[in-house]
Amino acid sequence: MTGSAEGIGARVTRREDKRFIIGKGRYTDDMNVAGMCHAAFVRSPHAHAKVASLDADAARAMPGVIAVLTGEELAADGVGNLICGWMIHSKDGTPMKMGAWRALEHETVRHVGQAVAVVVAETRAQARDAADAVVVDYDALDAVVDSLDALKPGAPQIHPEAEGNLIYDWEIGDEAATEAAFASAAHVTRMEIRNNRLVPNPMEPRSALAHYEEADEHYTLWTTSQNPHVARLVLSAFYNIAPEHKLRVIAPDVGGGFGSKIYIYPEEMVCLWASKKTGVPVKWTSDRTEAFLTDAHGRDHHSEAEVALDADNKIIGLRVKTVANLGAYMSLFSSSVPTYLYATLLSGQYDIPAIHCNVKTVYTNTTPVDAYRGAGRPEATYLVERVMETTAREVGMDPAEFRRKNFVRSFPHQTPVIMCYDAGDYDASLDAALKAIDYDGFAARKAEAARRGKLRGIGLSCYIEACGIAPSQAVGSLGAGVGLWESAEVRVNPVGTIEVLTGSHSHGQGHETTFAQLVSERLGVGLDTVSIVHGDTDKVQFGMGTYGSRSGAVGMSAISKALDKVESKARKLAAHLMEASEGDITLEGGTFKVAGTDKELPFFQVALAAYTAHNMPEGMEPGLKEGAFYDPTNFTFPAGTYVCEVEVDPETGKTEVVDFVAADDFGTIINPMIVEGQVHGGLTQGIGQALLENAAYDADGQLLSASYMDYTMPRADDVPSYRLMTTVTECPGNPLGMKGCGEAGAIGSPPAVINAITDAIGTNALEMPATAANVWRALKSAQPAQAAE
Amino acid sequence: MYETNYHRATSVDDAAAKLGAAEDAKVLSGGQTLLPTMKQRLAAPSDVIDVTHIADMKGITESGGGIRIGAATTHAEVAGSEIVKRMLPGLAALAGHIGDPHVRHMGTIGGSLANNDPAADYPSAALALGATIHTNARQISAEDFFTGMFETALDESEIVTAVEFPKASACAYAKYPNPASRYAMAGVFVARTDGGVRVAVTGAGQNGVFRHAGLEDALAQSFSADAVAGVTTDPDQLLADIHGSAEYRANLVTVMAKRAVAACA
Repeated sequence: MTGSAEGIGARVTRREDKRFIIGKGRYTDDMNVAGMCHAAFVRSPHAHAKVASLDADAARAMPGVIAVLTGEELAADGVGNLICGWMIHSKDGTPMKMGAWRALEHETVRHVGQAVAVVVAETRAQARDAADAVVVDYDALDAVVDSLDALKPGAPQIHPEAEGNLIYDWEIGDEAATEAAFASAAHVTRMEIRNNRLVPNPMEPRSALAHYEEADEHYTLWTTSQNPHVARLVLSAFYNIAPEHKLRVIAPDVGGGFGSKIYIYPEEMVCLWASKKTGVPVKWTSDRTEAFLTDAHGRDHHSEAEVALDADNKIIGLRVKTVANLGAYMSLFSSSVPTYLYATLLSGQYDIPAIHCNVKTVYTNTTPVDAYRGAGRPEATYLVERVMETTAREVGMDPAEFRRKNFVRSFPHQTPVIMCYDAGDYDASLDAALKAIDYDGFAARKAEAARRGKLRGIGLSCYIEACGIAPSQAVGSLGAGVGLWESAEVRVNPVGTIEVLTGSHSHGQGHETTFAQLVSERLGVGLDTVSIVHGDTDKVQFGMGTYGSRSGAVGMSAISKALDKVESKARKLAAHLMEASEGDITLEGGTFKVAGTDKELPFFQVALAAYTAHNMPEGMEPGLKEGAFYDPTNFTFPAGTYVCEVEVDPETGKTEVVDFVAADDFGTIINPMIVEGQVHGGLTQGIGQALLENAAYDADGQLLSASYMDYTMPRADDVPSYRLMTTVTECPGNPLGMKGCGEAGAIGSPPAVINAITDAIGTNALEMPATAANVWRALKSAQPAQAAE
Repeated sequence: MYETNYHRATSVDDAAAKLGAAEDAKVLSGGQTLLPTMKQRLAAPSDVIDVTHIADMKGITESGGGIRIGAATTHAEVAGSEIVKRMLPGLAALAGHIGDPHVRHMGTIGGSLANNDPAADYPSAALALGATIHTNARQISAEDFFTGMFETALDESEIVTAVEFPKASACAYAKYPNPASRYAMAGVFVARTDGGVRVAVTGAGQNGVFRHAGLEDALAQSFSADAVAGVTTDPDQLLADIHGSAEYRANLVTVMAKRAVAACA
C-alpha cells in the first residue's frame, strides 16, 4: 500500500457521473446498427390459457413488416427452453420439478404478458401495430395467484412436471433438536409473516439489440445485463443460440438492475434468433408495462415462525415454515433465493442452538420471481427481526436488551444453518445506533408527539446478511450450476497508464471510481491514469458479474491479486534497473525507491522499460500485464443495527418516517460517499417495501399494480434524511477486508419500519406494505386497546 | 403512440372549425391526461387541436365580483395568481397541489374540467363554489356540467373557454392523495358563499365529484371542524380498490372535511 489521496477511504466523486449528468450515457437502446429493425411481442392477456390458434396473415401484410415468428418455429429451430441454473433437491431426495419455459409459447400460456409471437418490422411503431393485428384465440383456464392457494387440492395444475404445483419441499437444520428445544421451552412466540411481492423497477427498462452477421456466422448482442459472460454462457451452452466464440455479448451502460438484469429472458433470446431468421439486426426495448409484467419480481413469501426461549429469555430454538411463490416459471436463480440465500440466515445476529426450516416453492400464474436486491436475506431478516421484536414485547423485555442478550459474541461462529460467521461486533453497531437515536429519550418524544395528536413509535432491526457469493466448491455442492469466483486483468500500458479489465459489471455501483481507487492505492498513480473496462465478452476474458454485493469482496479481490503480480514484476524490474536488491525497493507515491539511497524510478518509467525490453532481468518476459482469478474463501457477513422512528396520523393511518439511524459494519470501505449512496438507495427501497410497494394480482391473475398509477414507488417525500454511521470489523476472508454494502439497506430496513409502526399503534397485526389504509384498518381493529390507553 | 395530426388553433372559432372538420379529433389543452393515454395506445385520436395558444382562452380577471379564468390557464398560473390568492385562496392552494410541477405548468383548468377525472381536484372546487363553465356555445352551471366519471354535459364539438367563480367569504380544499398516482383518494372542497355552505367531494365517489348534503347541513348549523367530525358517508356510494376500502375513503371524507374547514379559519 502506498497511500494515495485518491486511494482507499477517499470520498472521490464518481468518475462515471459526467456522462450520465450531461445525458451522454450509452445504453443499449442508444445503440444503432445499419439496417436495424424492431421487434414487438404479442403477449397473452390471460394468466392461464391454451393457445387455440394464432393468425398472423393480416400482420404479415402490414407496412414495414419483415416477419411474424411463432413458438412453433422457435422450437423447430432447436432453440432451447429457459432454465433454472441451481438444482435444489427436496428433503426426500427428489430433484426440483422444473416446468418447460419456452421463449415463445405456442401451447399453454401461464402468466399475463407471456410472449406468444414476435413481429419484426422496419420501425417500432410498425412492429407494434402489426403485433396488435396478430389474432390469437385462447381457451382460458382457471388461474391461481396465491402460493397457499396453489398448494390446495384441486388448484389449477400449472405445469405437468410439478404435481400440485409443488416445485420442491426442502429443509435445512436439525428438526429433532429443534423439536426438543420447543419441548423444553419456557416461552414460545408464534407469528405468521408475509413478505410482499415487489416489482424491481430499474430506471432503464430491459433492451436488446441482436446482430447476426451471416458472413462470419457471428452474433453480437447488446443487452441490459448485470453479467454479460453468464448471459453468453447460458445462451451458448443451454439455449443453442451459438457457440461462445461466435457470440459476443456487450452490456454497455446499464441503468440499474437490482437483480432483475441477472437473468436471460425470452425477449433477448428471441432477438438473437430473429436476427438470424430475418437477416436483419433486431432491436427490442421494453416499455414500462412490459417491465411490470415480465421483469422477474421479488420476495412473495408466506411464513410461519416460532421461537422458543428458556426461562432466562435466551433463545433455544427457531422453527420456520415458508411457502415461496416462484411464479409461472423457474427463472435462472429462482430456486436458490428462498433456500440457500434465505434459510441460511435465519440465525440472524443471534446464538441459536437449534433451527429448522422447511421451504416449499410453488408455481402460480404470475410473473416469475427471482433475486431482487437482497435476494432471500431481506425475507430472512424481516422474519427474524419481526420475531425478535414481538418476542421481546411478549416477555416484557426491552427489544434492544433482548437482542443484546442473544447476540453472537465469539467468532468464528458456526450457525445451525450452514453459515459460519467470520467476524463482527454486534454490540458496537447496536450501541452506536441507540446512542445516535437517543434511545433513552424516546418516551419524551412519544409524549410530545401525542400532544400533537400523533402516535410515535420506535423499531429496531439488527440485521446480518451474506455477501460475496461465494466459494465455488461450496455453491457447487449446494446445487449451483456455475462457480462464483471473479476474474481481473491489469494491463499497464508502455506510458504507464493502466486498464483494469474486470468480470464485474457496474450498473450504478460506481466501479469506474472505486476500482480505480484500489489501483491508485496500490500503485500510487492518479485516478486519471486508470480506466476500468467491463461489460464486453470480447474485451474481458470471463467474469461472473455483479449481484449479491460481490463486486467489492470478490471482484476487487481479483483485481488485488492481479495488482500483486503487476507490482511484484515491476518491483523486480525496478530493482534490476536501479541495480539494487529487490528487498530494498519501496513503492511510494507512484515511485520506486531504493531504501537508504536517493535512487528512484517513477512507475511509468518502469512500465516503459518493460515494453522497450532493452534491459530486462535474466528470464523476465517483456510487458507488464497480469491476470488473476479469485475464488472466495467464505461468504462475507455485513451486519448492523437500524433504528426507525415513525409518527402515525391516527385519523388517516399515514405513517411518516421521522428519523432513521443506520449503523452498518461493511468492513473496509473504499469510498464512503459511494457507500452512503448505496445505503441511501437500499434504505429507500426497504422503506418502499415496508410502506408502499406491492405487486397486487386479482384472482384471475391480472396484475392490478401494473403502472406507476397503482404501484407506489418511494419518493423523496416518503423518506427522511438518513443518519448513517459505520462500525468496522474487517472481513478476514479476503485481501481487502471488505464485506459489501449494496443490499444491506434494503435487507435491514423493512422490519425496523414495521416494528416502529406496530410500536406506535399498539397492535402487531400489520403486514407490509403498511399503507395508510392498512394502518388505519389495523388501528380500527385494535380500537378497544387504544381506548383503554 | 399512434400517429396523429397536430393542429394549433388560433381562435376559439378556428378550434371549433378544426374540431368539426376532423374525423375523430380531441381538444388538446395541456395534454397531461390525453398524451399519456395516447402514449399507452389507449386513445388514438385522428387529430389533436391545441387550444393553449388562443389568447382569449388565457388569463385571470376579476369579473362581476368573482373571478374569470380562461380555460387554457395553467394550474401554476392559477396557483400563483394574486387575484385568486386574494379572493379564493382555497382555489389557489388547490391548484398549487395538483400533480407535480411539470403537470402544473402544462395542465390547464379547462382541460381538467372537461376531462372530469373522478379523482381530479378542480371539479370539487367548481362544484362547491358554484362555478359557471363557459363554452363556445353556452354557459353551464357546475351542477349540470359534471355528469359522471369522465362524463360532462359538453357536446362533441363544444369547447370549454372559461370558468367563472363567484366570490366566497371562505373556502379551502383538503385532499388525501393516492400514494401511487397522487390523485385524490378523497378531496373535500368547502366553500362559504352568499348562497350558504357547499361541500364537494372528489376522488372517493363511484360517479365522480359529488356534493355532500350531510357535511353541508352540519356546516350550515355550525361552521367548525367539530361540526363535521361526526358526519359519516355511506360507503356503498364510494370507490374501493387496492389502495383503500370504501370504509377507508368514507373516513377520509370526514377527516379531509375537518381539515378543509379548519383551513378556512
